Amino acid sequence: MHQLFHFLNLNIIWFILVGILFTGYAILDGFDFGVGILHLFVKKDEDRRILLNSIGPVWDGNEVWLVTGGGALFAAFPGAYATVFSGFYDAFMLLLAALIFRAVAIEFRSKEPGKAWRRSWDIAFSVASFLAALLIGVAMGNITRGIPLDSQGDFTGTFLGLLNPYSLLLGVMVVALFAMHGAIFLVLKTEGELQATIKSWVPRLIAIFLLLFLAFNIATFFECPDLVAVMLTRPYGFIILGLDIVAAISIGLMTAKGYEFGSFLMSALTMVLLMAVLGISYFPHIVMSMPNPGNSLTIYNCASSHKTLAYMFIIAVIGVPIVLAYTVSIYWIFRGKTRLGHVGY
Amino acid sequence: MSVEILSRIQFALTVSFHFLYPPMTIGLGMLLVIMEGLYLKTKNPLFHQMAHFWTRIFGLIFAIGVATGIVMEFEFGTNWAAYSRFVGDIFGSALAAEGIFAFFLESGFLALLLFGWDKVGPKMHFFATCMVCLGSHFSAIWILIANSWMQTPAGFHLEKITGLVHTRLPEGYIVQASDMGHVRAVVDNFWAMIANPSSLNRICHVVFGAWLVGAFLVMSICAWYLLKGRFTAFARKSMTIAACFAAFTTILQSISADATARGVVRTQPIKLASMEGVYQTHDYTPMTLFGYVDTKNQTVHGPQIPALLSFLCFHNFKQPVQGLLSMPSDEFLAARHPGLSKEKLAEIRPNYWPVVGAVFQTYHLMIGLGSAVFGLSFLALTLLWKGWLFRADNPLIRALLWIYVFAVAAPQICMQSGWFTAEMGRQPWIVYNMLKTSDGLSRAVHANQVLFSIILFALIYILLFVTFIYLLNRKIQHGPDEDQDHYTKAPGVNDPIATALFTKKGRASSQE
Repeated sequence: MHQLFHFLNLNIIWFILVGILFTGYAILDGFDFGVGILHLFVKKDEDRRILLNSIGPVWDGNEVWLVTGGGALFAAFPGAYATVFSGFYDAFMLLLAALIFRAVAIEFRSKEPGKAWRRSWDIAFSVASFLAALLIGVAMGNITRGIPLDSQGDFTGTFLGLLNPYSLLLGVMVVALFAMHGAIFLVLKTEGELQATIKSWVPRLIAIFLLLFLAFNIATFFECPDLVAVMLTRPYGFIILGLDIVAAISIGLMTAKGYEFGSFLMSALTMVLLMAVLGISYFPHIVMSMPNPGNSLTIYNCASSHKTLAYMFIIAVIGVPIVLAYTVSIYWIFRGKTRLGHVGY
Repeated sequence: MSVEILSRIQFALTVSFHFLYPPMTIGLGMLLVIMEGLYLKTKNPLFHQMAHFWTRIFGLIFAIGVATGIVMEFEFGTNWAAYSRFVGDIFGSALAAEGIFAFFLESGFLALLLFGWDKVGPKMHFFATCMVCLGSHFSAIWILIANSWMQTPAGFHLEKITGLVHTRLPEGYIVQASDMGHVRAVVDNFWAMIANPSSLNRICHVVFGAWLVGAFLVMSICAWYLLKGRFTAFARKSMTIAACFAAFTTILQSISADATARGVVRTQPIKLASMEGVYQTHDYTPMTLFGYVDTKNQTVHGPQIPALLSFLCFHNFKQPVQGLLSMPSDEFLAARHPGLSKEKLAEIRPNYWPVVGAVFQTYHLMIGLGSAVFGLSFLALTLLWKGWLFRADNPLIRALLWIYVFAVAAPQICMQSGWFTAEMGRQPWIVYNMLKTSDGLSRAVHANQVLFSIILFALIYILLFVTFIYLLNRKIQHGPDEDQDHYTKAPGVNDPIATALFTKKGRASSQE
């Protein structure tokens, strides 16, 4: 069966598919993280419950995008999976701890009426969301910039080395991006006073994000000369980058005009295009080695066999449309404003 | 301590803790399908109340299962990078398939199961319950396929990678520690990989075990209600369903246990010999009921039933079970240690055995408690049939109900000790007879990093477990909601009056 796919470059297809999975994760769990980051800024208990219930039916499914992205990376590019997760060991353990705390905080928080109980889980939820967003950004920053690898593809740097200014900048930008994305999502899901409060935050959050986005683009220009050089050979990348900047600015314009759903879409589109620009300037690398570019992992030297890529492709072709169909249905069933009812948090 | 020992501890800790929860959701998921199916068929509001209550318990368990499961997805990469590179072509695809086919299905429909009572009709809700149950079974199937491949690898060949050139290695190639990063297993036949010699047996054995875990969870809570005289109508009905389901599953499980054990005889004889501490090969091999392995004198102390092990392994009293002293074979050892004399090979042989004493004990714990689970299931069914099970005023029945309250731990311990038997019995291999566990580690990770992660997860998991038990206890104490119209007349989405009414009521009840 896999011979059917000889005419396709499955390595490229899987590069794109893994990219799609992680982009989907950023968009979907991105607003969950955003809601978490903003959670402590909402004071009333009832309002906090509305925040939790706005993501209640979907956060779990959103997290599956990360798990499946990890599984797909393992299946398609085991070398990259092994390098990244063993290399970013401490950071990743902290991320996992944050994701565990977030999940159980959502689940546990409203099960008890006690003030101290709720406050503790509120803090856990918010801090974990913030930390997870920051760590994801820092990891992205290091991947973009390149990490030190030996000839076998094993990471030779240190945890502190991962906390370089460029990666931290991207970390902070991701926090701002998710906070903005979450706030825009909440405007769609809330009403009345709570909505008015959150609405008043949105322009500021957009401004902070746009500033950091600008700083990130400038920093990338200086910090990642290799990526810039690649981009110059792929000029269409600049068109995508241009569109990304337009999309980012449109978030503000849409919000100003009062198109709530439009600004949510633009926020999501900004993430898609951001990942696309990264993909275009990074291809065919998966993990770039710096300072020894010769040790970099590419979609060819760390990929699974053609047969596995082909079988996985068949699985994706069967599975992904079904997944999308019921994911969309569930978002549709739970559309509209979140209200507190007898089921929920 | 070395990275190897610490990584083993870390994996054992995280996977054991995680594995407390999925069996409960798999088993409870089946019972939810039965209860909600009965409600649809009979329209008896009691079934609806049951579905609602057990769904709340399910939601709590599921959340912890998800939270602790994410760790597992990435732990192969963090701590077992060399292993990940070696098997990614095969093992990775099973994990990815689990994500696409199982996790999305489970989590997507879980939203409807937990939050959809008022959003969709009862048939659609039942469909969602079925899909969540199916998803959790798919998850078990894929992860067991992946693990079974590590036990009995099939449908692959080894290849050497130099630069971008991939050379196929001959069958029987012996993987050395220095091959790590250059040699890997590559899929030949996807179906042979999935349907490897131990997949089906192990899937059935674990899934039936999970059903028993779910059934005993329900029976435990119901027994407690009966003892306290609370929610008795609810408890009787729930316990009836759970007890019937448990008895039915024990029949399936006995068939599966037999098939699994005989599968181990064929595919992993060293594991089987370790499970029973068999060193010498004799006709009419006995089975030890309980006892301990004297590794120094290479014998077992404890009461034995003659010829029972031969019978269980081969359905024949005479045929001998091969002992550890002749395994692995001289040829196998000589291929790995060329040029050594027979005596020297015999000295090396124990390096290819697991920790026999530990495998023996975990296996006997599983067998012992497993028999108790079988007995309790049929006892419950018999008493149910005689109409005695719910006579909580009788002191004998009371004592028995107390046993059922605590029996919830028995199938859980069986699941855990069974896994320890399977995984420790495979040692020193991570991929059976091919890759050693000690060669699968991450080179980029240091001992103190792993130690830090063990402390981190141990603290988190203790906190989670305590909180889980506390909240579960609260839910049990609160019990099912007595207010029936609450559920039977769930408001439609477009029914503003009903929404207003029920929201108020709902607010009060969801405060707890």
